[in-house]
Amino acid sequence: MTFEAIKQLLIAHFGEEVVLGEETGGLQPALLIAPDRIADVCLELRNNPATYFDFLACLSGVDYGITANRFGVVYHLTSIPYQLQLTLKISKEHGRDINDLPSFPSVSEVYRTADWHEREAYDLVGIFFENHPDLRRILLPDDWEGYPLRKDYQAAEYYKGIKID
Amino acid sequence: MSTTALERYHQKIAAAATQDMVLNMGPQHPSTHGVLRLELITDGEIVKEVIPHAGYLHRCFEKHAESLTYQQTIPFTDRLDYLSSMNNSHVWVMGVERMLGIDKDIPKRVEYIRVLVCELNRIASHLISIGTYGIDIGAFTPFLWCFRDREHIMGMLEWASGSRMLYNYIWIGGLFFDLPVGFEERCREFVDYFKPKMVELNELLTNNQIFISRTANVGVLPLDVAINYGCSGPMLRGSGLKWDLRRIDNYSAYGELDFDIPCGQGLMGTVGDCWDRNKVRVDEIGESLKIIEQCLDRLQKELKRTPDFDPRAKLPRKITPKAQDYYMRGEGSKGELGFYFITDGKSEVPFRVKARAPSFNNLSVISEMSKGIMIADLIAIIGSIDFVLGELDR
Repeated sequence: MTFEAIKQLLIAHFGEEVVLGEETGGLQPALLIAPDRIADVCLELRNNPATYFDFLACLSGVDYGITANRFGVVYHLTSIPYQLQLTLKISKEHGRDINDLPSFPSVSEVYRTADWHEREAYDLVGIFFENHPDLRRILLPDDWEGYPLRKDYQAAEYYKGIKID
Repeated sequence: MSTTALERYHQKIAAAATQDMVLNMGPQHPSTHGVLRLELITDGEIVKEVIPHAGYLHRCFEKHAESLTYQQTIPFTDRLDYLSSMNNSHVWVMGVERMLGIDKDIPKRVEYIRVLVCELNRIASHLISIGTYGIDIGAFTPFLWCFRDREHIMGMLEWASGSRMLYNYIWIGGLFFDLPVGFEERCREFVDYFKPKMVELNELLTNNQIFISRTANVGVLPLDVAINYGCSGPMLRGSGLKWDLRRIDNYSAYGELDFDIPCGQGLMGTVGDCWDRNKVRVDEIGESLKIIEQCLDRLQKELKRTPDFDPRAKLPRKITPKAQDYYMRGEGSKGELGFYFITDGKSEVPFRVKARAPSFNNLSVISEMSKGIMIADLIAIIGSIDFVLGELDR
């Protein structure tokens, strides 16, 4: 199934508003999905016999930079039966407030892979995932402050009273 | 915004401490293969729940990659899965080459040398996996045998690259050095030496009745669960699916090479049990040997070393891929290793890099696999997953 056919399938199933656009400039085309619908889209792509995207290869949280003020999540899906790859992207503008994280629906109900990957995105980029079963930090200690992969992250001078050189 | 998940976790541990026993396994426990900590909620010998705690070896690979050029990051990729460094840098390098559009210009000899060293490294990694698995189960001798044979590979790769484990050998557009004179002959000698050793190892460990009793029908991972959790590599193949990115994507020189994809068949128990996963690794060593022999054939005949051959001839001077994002995947020794690049087209450093580590996904299934099992079986399951904390924690 081609990229265009998958796009048409999603539009036919969910309506025009679910696909916000596409990026076809690079080597791998990507579909831009409406952030609120990502879990439904993933479920449909996984269960539809024409696509069977049953394997979530990678989930990346992205901070698109200080001037863009945009946070996003990128999903790399693989269809094992059809040997296809597909990239989905969701993003929204956000004011970088550390106490009010950008929030996206969790897809961990569809792909259990997303459980740990979303924890990692929360841990390092500071993205909140709604309805995630266990959204704790995974690589950093629970009491870590800040989100290191954000572009405006300042390394702390002290950790628990110990000066960091 | 803090999440309530942390409080729920603390409450769960506090509640378990009054009724069941909370047992910490690791981070210094030898059978956790590195600094992994597993928090077990146990009822006597029965494991009720496993809560993995990763991150003891976190060293900000992705943050580092955002401030280093693509070439400078190669040594860092070596340190992800430090047991098969060649495979990591191979995937990284291929990703950058494809973004630059030079992947078709790489000389054939370079591609075959890359595949050769990657497969040697894969054998070394699988030998560690099998050997330490024996130790976990209580067999000491196979461990020593595996390390004895692995030492030959370490010696050869040191000869080629100058380093024993962290090679920095595969470069963007080429190689650090051509193979040293005599490497092909030495490698063939090793293959001839190693083949009977594998037979011995199988007699000692793989087909040993004690080993079978400890691993068959233990830790059965059904295929649908494995796929849903994103397991890959020997984990996924152990569950009975022939899914190998070397074959699916046919990257580098793999499209021209002939090899099979071993997968779990449930010979001793159920498909997807610990024995199957170990058996897949044992069989993959045989397939890697086949690949190595084919590479050597070609490297000694039509792709022979010539005095004027320069493996650095195609090295790009300035590496600035145009603005795009690209997900490169390849078959590491543990499974699907992926690098997701976002580039802005202006600078020599990537805007964002995400490493998709196979061990990270393979380990995440452990809570699902170990509900209601015995603690001793948990050791068998951990060993059969074969993760490396260097890439799990990145």
